[in-house]
Amino acid sequence: MRYLPKSPSDREAMLREIGARSIDDLFSHIPAEYRLNRDLKVPRQMAEAEIVEYFRERGAGTAADHASFLGAGVYQHYRPVVIDALVSRGEFFTAYTPYQAEIAQGTLQSIFEFQTMICELTGMEVANASMYDGSTAVPEAAMMAARITGRHAAVVARTVHPEYREVLATYVQHDGMKVNEAGYGENGRVDAGAVERAVSDETACVVIQSPNFFGTIEDVSAIAEIAHRKGALLVVVIAEAVSLGIVRPPAEADIVAMEAQSFGVPAGFGGPFCGVLATRERYVRQMPGRLVGETRDRHGRRGFCLTLSTREQHIRREKATSNICTNQALVALMATIFLSVYGREGLKELATHNLAKAAYAAGEFGKRAKVLFDGAPRFHEFVVATEEDPHELNRRLLEKKIVGGFPLKKFYPELGNASLWCCTEQTKRESIDAAVEAVRA
Amino acid sequence: MSGARKATTHVTQNEGLIFEKSSPGKAAWKLPPLDVPPVDAEKLLGAARRSDLGHMPEVSEIEIIRHFTRLSTWNYGVDTGLYPLGSCTMKYNARVNEFVARLRGLAEAHPYQPQRLSQGALRILKTLADCLLEITGMEAITLQPAAGAHGELTGILMVRAFLEAQGNPRKKVLIPDSAHGTNPATAAICGYAVENLKSNAAGMVDVSALERQMNEDVAALMLTNPNTLGVFEQEIHKIADILHAKGGLLYMDGANMNALVGKTRPGDFNVDVMHLNLHKTFSTPHGGGGPGSGPVACKRKLEPFLPLPVVKENADGSLEFDYDRPKSIGRVRAFYGNFGMHVRALAYILANGPDGLRQTTEDAVLNANYIRKRLEGVYELPYKTPTMHEVVFSDRKQAAKGVKTGDIAKRLIDYGFHPYTTAFPLIVPGALMIEPTESESKEELDLFIEAMQAIADEAEREPQIILDAPHTTRVSRLDEVQAARKPVLRWRPAMREAAD
Repeated sequence: MRYLPKSPSDREAMLREIGARSIDDLFSHIPAEYRLNRDLKVPRQMAEAEIVEYFRERGAGTAADHASFLGAGVYQHYRPVVIDALVSRGEFFTAYTPYQAEIAQGTLQSIFEFQTMICELTGMEVANASMYDGSTAVPEAAMMAARITGRHAAVVARTVHPEYREVLATYVQHDGMKVNEAGYGENGRVDAGAVERAVSDETACVVIQSPNFFGTIEDVSAIAEIAHRKGALLVVVIAEAVSLGIVRPPAEADIVAMEAQSFGVPAGFGGPFCGVLATRERYVRQMPGRLVGETRDRHGRRGFCLTLSTREQHIRREKATSNICTNQALVALMATIFLSVYGREGLKELATHNLAKAAYAAGEFGKRAKVLFDGAPRFHEFVVATEEDPHELNRRLLEKKIVGGFPLKKFYPELGNASLWCCTEQTKRESIDAAVEAVRA
Repeated sequence: MSGARKATTHVTQNEGLIFEKSSPGKAAWKLPPLDVPPVDAEKLLGAARRSDLGHMPEVSEIEIIRHFTRLSTWNYGVDTGLYPLGSCTMKYNARVNEFVARLRGLAEAHPYQPQRLSQGALRILKTLADCLLEITGMEAITLQPAAGAHGELTGILMVRAFLEAQGNPRKKVLIPDSAHGTNPATAAICGYAVENLKSNAAGMVDVSALERQMNEDVAALMLTNPNTLGVFEQEIHKIADILHAKGGLLYMDGANMNALVGKTRPGDFNVDVMHLNLHKTFSTPHGGGGPGSGPVACKRKLEPFLPLPVVKENADGSLEFDYDRPKSIGRVRAFYGNFGMHVRALAYILANGPDGLRQTTEDAVLNANYIRKRLEGVYELPYKTPTMHEVVFSDRKQAAKGVKTGDIAKRLIDYGFHPYTTAFPLIVPGALMIEPTESESKEELDLFIEAMQAIADEAEREPQIILDAPHTTRVSRLDEVQAARKPVLRWRPAMREAAD
């Protein structure tokens, strides 16, 4: 076994030292009837060449060589090669949670940088060192709002990613939190009137997403005003982080629940991604997840360590803010490197390219089909309603090696043949033109 | 000091924060020319337009490479040396795993791409699921949970849904006092009261106490096996029987499966539901704290409650996601879980095969027992029960000289090792929890043992050297009290001057 560094004689010597006759002596306290006396029925040991070939074959015949208009919570941005070059350093990816600060300053400092960048981009004062993903950050934010307000209901916009809403429902099903949904208006924004009607003295938080699932940018301050007037917190979900390069940050939010996948994390068939919570300083003790703080060592030198761990499960056990332990540290590092590459100006230019591609595409689609929700600004996703079933259109596009938009009827049956299209800086004009061409006018 | 042949200092560069390198006009990016007409963002976005990104850095590519490379040299990883962090299973991370996870067709697959273009990815999920079912002896599985604690949440929600379907979700979950903190936190989120279960003198579940505590209000026992002392619960069959007799379920925290793979199967000893930590047992990297992956395996009776979606095989051999599961607890995460970790775990299983998986377990247990034998007497061994993959000592002897487990841990850094887990499990005051894993050679173990012996010796003769440790690191003994009292959780421009 090429991963095991002991020779048979090493094993012999160690058993002798222990005073055991054979390795089985070390397992003899497992009751005999439960000892497995046969080989596991898993594939035989493979050579490295076979493993590579096995996965190459599984990876073939996928959409990798297609142009794609899929977004819907997973965005296909270019990943600068320095990201993998750096996260492949063993000191980063083979390290554990930085409990021993002296030999984990690399991880700790990079997390501190991540926290800072997230604050700069979201307009929040503190950010944690990551959650599992955007979808699980949402229930964590709602439960956090409940702790802060002492209230137990949430109003959630139907324009929040449908799968995020499903995860929220799963998480809160046993803690008595009532979740009411608020619909959307003709401009694709959450219906402010519906939010107004749904919010009560029991509402801990209003949850909206911006840009929302349709790609529409919400009127964050208007919704904040409604929530705050009734003493509820505003949770703003961000599923497309690159939007922060050109879209005003949700500064009126009390909690931002974000998915940072767009910042240099591969689509990876849905994971691993990188959730983040960011909030106001005064709420930090109610925020779950890991935090890194700056401090001094015994010689007065600047250094970093994990802090405020009295919120966490290993200290507080059943009274913790959350059960999260392992987070997404390496993915957060990818995001930090991505953000270092693009930085203050690059992120703006990147976001502007996304905006331009989608504006062009929506304009072209508009010549052959109906682009819905035109009355509010959007970032790089838009909804197209076609005469024919979008699955039919997508089947034709596949023959041209194009993966079309995401048919919405699965989550929004009322939208009929509408589908959600996404353009990023990676989308080529010729693909847009080819896709539009395929729409039956 | 005898361990000195391991410990050396090395050159580390000073390195400020990335923000402190920033100056306007520096850039590390270049976008292709825009092939569509440019837009007026002001016009498109109106009031929603952002003009300024605040203090985001402006740096060049070489600065980024140097910055993160230098930071990396301040870290200790499994690649650096023995990482005996108990209960965390810091084993070798095979490079081929990283390579295959980055193959284009897998790394760039979109979760909503058409099912017929996803057959390869689905096949990976199905094959891994089948392997894990065989390894655990369970009957159904979800790969969706993103980490162990997320798996616990999923598993306990399933327990609750199962009991609810029988008319009563029950009120509480029993958790041994030696359990991971995630267990009680999980039970609380699922609406259960937590009831502590005392360990007996052997460090195992006190079966007679369990018998007294078990009643029809108890939904489940969350048991780590082997437990956090590294001890196999020998009376596991009785424990399961006691639970089952009163209609409760046995949940197993699979954090320590590295001690069992290929040797015994939780399904065979009557566990009802369990999670696995792919980042522990199956060698997906810990990454400085994640990403992990925490699949949940269960017995047939719990299958209807698995989270959505589940992979199913059609009659023609094609695979698809099944969403039509009315009894499901719902969705626990968007999409299908940490697929990149599933790829790595399957690559690990394929590289090992049945013989390699068994040998891995045997070597992990051999290594822990070897350390136990050679350090027993040097450090107090509070529980004499047979050790599996990890061994827990206490600092009692050294504490008499004013040297505690945390101090010994810091001193171990000077000897060139990552410390063990300190102060856990809670049932051992001043615990030193050591898990070497199978990845260590006899030579590396001997160096570690010598270092531990040398430190014990220092505790007798010159304890101050331990109390001041570590001596060789860039920083030493960070002021954690100050960090928590006045939290500084982000950089601000004013800190640039302060740092100079």
